[in-house]
Amino acid sequence: MRVKYFAWVRERIGKDEDDFEPPAEVRTVGELIGWLAQRDDNYAAAFERPQVIRAAIDQCHVQADAPIAGAREVALFPPMTGG
Amino acid sequence: MAAPVTIRIQDADFDIAAEIDALSHGRSEIGAVVSFTGLCRGRDDGREVAALTLEHYPGMAEAEIRRHVDTALARWPLSAVTVIHRVGRLVPGDRIVLVVTASAHRQAAFAAAEFLMDYLKAHAPFWKRQERADGSAWVEAHQHDDAAAARWEKQ
Repeated sequence: MRVKYFAWVRERIGKDEDDFEPPAEVRTVGELIGWLAQRDDNYAAAFERPQVIRAAIDQCHVQADAPIAGAREVALFPPMTGG
Repeated sequence: MAAPVTIRIQDADFDIAAEIDALSHGRSEIGAVVSFTGLCRGRDDGREVAALTLEHYPGMAEAEIRRHVDTALARWPLSAVTVIHRVGRLVPGDRIVLVVTASAHRQAAFAAAEFLMDYLKAHAPFWKRQERADGSAWVEAHQHDDAAAARWEKQ
């Protein structure tokens, strides 16, 4: 599974994407964020306020309780500020 | 005929008159064209802004704009829609975003343009970083942008 990061999430982690096979107990986007936050200090800093992180699966917005099974691409990013 | 839709994400500036002409030329059923242009401000929250850098999620940004355009097409009798969003580094006065909607009558064109801008601000995957005298920082999302998008769900 490819995991992509944008804006300050990308900057804090220090890269724009990863390829992971998360363990089976990581079932939802929210659980993926919690799992990533334990990897190292950079990931912990990126996900220190998990409630503000927005997510997309295969380029569609999803909520934190969305299952990640079968996802090709998960993206994690701050609230959007375009326009 | 399905309404023509143009969606572009680009570094380059756009020409508003040329975009309006491209969408309405030879279409005598169009009686109203509304355009919204968003510009880079030189001040934000009382602080001077030297430049903005816009980042986006390639692929999803286009897809998300398309989803909102499709919603607008289902909701209003539109003849054509153009959305252009710039990315990269922009300075005060630069154009950032263009939404053009065309319809037989003005009400649909006005409403759809406002709807599209409210949704783009809240849901399209773009992020702004500001360069200021005291350093550079990511722009915080505004609660009122979410509220502006949400009000269209009640109507």
